[in-house]
Amino acid sequence: MHPAFSVIFLTTLIGVGQGLFLALFTAQSYALFGLLPQQDSHAFYAYGSAIALLFLIGGLIASFFHLGRPERAWRSATQWRTSWLSREVIVLPAFMGMVFLYGLAHFFECKPVLATLPSGIAIDLTVVIGTIAWLLAFALYVCTGMIYACLRFLREWYSSLTVINYILLGGASGFTLATAFAAITAPELVRFFAGWAVIITLLGLVSRVASLIRNARLRPKSTLQTAIGIKHPQIVQKSQGFMGGSFNTREFFHGKSAAFLRSIKWIFLLLAFVVPALLLATGLSGGAAVELLLLAFVVQYLGLMAERWFFFAQANHPQNLYYQAIG
Amino acid sequence: MTQLALVIDLNVCVGCHACVTSCKEWNTSGAAGPMVDQNPYGKDPTGTFFNRVQTFEVGVFPNAETIHFPKSCLHCEDPPCVPVCPTGASYKRKEDGIVLVDYDKCIGCKYCSWACPYGMREFDEAQKVMKKCTLCVDRLYDPQMTAEERRPACVRACPTSARLYGDIHDPESEVSRAIREAGGYQLMPEWGANPANHYLPRRKTKLRLRPDEIERTDNPLKVDGLLPKPGKSEPSLDDVTTW
Repeated sequence: MHPAFSVIFLTTLIGVGQGLFLALFTAQSYALFGLLPQQDSHAFYAYGSAIALLFLIGGLIASFFHLGRPERAWRSATQWRTSWLSREVIVLPAFMGMVFLYGLAHFFECKPVLATLPSGIAIDLTVVIGTIAWLLAFALYVCTGMIYACLRFLREWYSSLTVINYILLGGASGFTLATAFAAITAPELVRFFAGWAVIITLLGLVSRVASLIRNARLRPKSTLQTAIGIKHPQIVQKSQGFMGGSFNTREFFHGKSAAFLRSIKWIFLLLAFVVPALLLATGLSGGAAVELLLLAFVVQYLGLMAERWFFFAQANHPQNLYYQAIG
Repeated sequence: MTQLALVIDLNVCVGCHACVTSCKEWNTSGAAGPMVDQNPYGKDPTGTFFNRVQTFEVGVFPNAETIHFPKSCLHCEDPPCVPVCPTGASYKRKEDGIVLVDYDKCIGCKYCSWACPYGMREFDEAQKVMKKCTLCVDRLYDPQMTAEERRPACVRACPTSARLYGDIHDPESEVSRAIREAGGYQLMPEWGANPANHYLPRRKTKLRLRPDEIERTDNPLKVDGLLPKPGKSEPSLDDVTTW
């Protein structure tokens, strides 16, 4: 497939936004049970939510560049019964709204206690909003992943690993950003976030490598024989029917060499997983420089963009069988 | 239930591209807007087409055959492109099974083109919507046309009648008969899209002659040529004498 930069930005940016929110709410949940010190609503949760929201808005803006007719985008919420894309279109703004409310409630310290657990832990408004947003964050990861994982003949994508990768890679970048954010606003949380960021990054490495191995072992189900229905081992295309390009030759080919594809694979394995994990490890010992942690996030984000480019480029659409020769 | 479809006879197609040009001509002149070309006379011409004729070589010279392969939307009975559409612009008509795009609802996200294993949909760079073969739905029910004209433009244009059109759910239709009797098949059956359009395979026309058909067994003299001519008053016998 031809990797579209609008979609690369959309999926990586909202992945960061969701991950950052999940990190914030994880810290709040830990603090709720007294496992972490309580943080300042303003400086930590409100501004953290604002940053997460900025990433989500960035992703939403990027998505509009993918559309031929962005003015009709509202129509895309109608087919949620059958289309994962439509479901994503519904869940993304819903999640953004909940993150906004979550940040707002923290900003104005509007935290009326709604219930009290038997153990005496007070469940306030931000916890309720946060829980809903937490569910929506995971729902959004699933929707984004399923857009690709539901296409059964794009076999590189047709796997549960696709959804798992979207969750883990988005989560990893969000927790890495949270580590850098905590280094500025809440230094006592740096070790907590760095620990989770390293764990999620390494889990992401495992699942991404697993999908790379799976894809390397795939054998195509469709061949020229099934494409034109002639049972002969020796078939070559002599003409695709036209000399210039068409949508079919632009949209489904990445147009780069196999060597370029291979080098992008190693680049993203290095930048998205290995380098950030090493940089984050400095945060584990405490007292890490903010610059190093920010660098970890930037490097990981660039790595994830390369990862997403590779994700699209690697998918081999069966229609390509029909477009192999100009003549 | 009706399922309109094309049946394309690869045994007959000569690869003249008349169906391509007639399709472009009819559909670019329609109410749905033109199928726009970019740089039509420039260095890198491109544009929207619903139909293409491709050419494949099967086998190795000298035992090779050229296959001309017309390629357009197959109007699948279980179309994978329809459920993925987020706006409902892509739909399959209940009454005749034609898969269509509502150009006024399409947002141009191209997701349906990813979901078609055959690559039958094309994004129109000028109108910024996804387009595809409509089976000339604007001809099929036009009361101002004669019955002969109420057929897809490509079918009418084909000089060798390689394109048959009809209802594949009606067992007595021309297309159903052709599929049944000439071994019609579907493309890429592995994806379960159940395409309505079928293709008829190449058929070798072989002369099957037995030796007894070359030399007549009922020729008792084992010679071809004039038989002995009896006198006018003598009796004659078929195969033995000549008048």
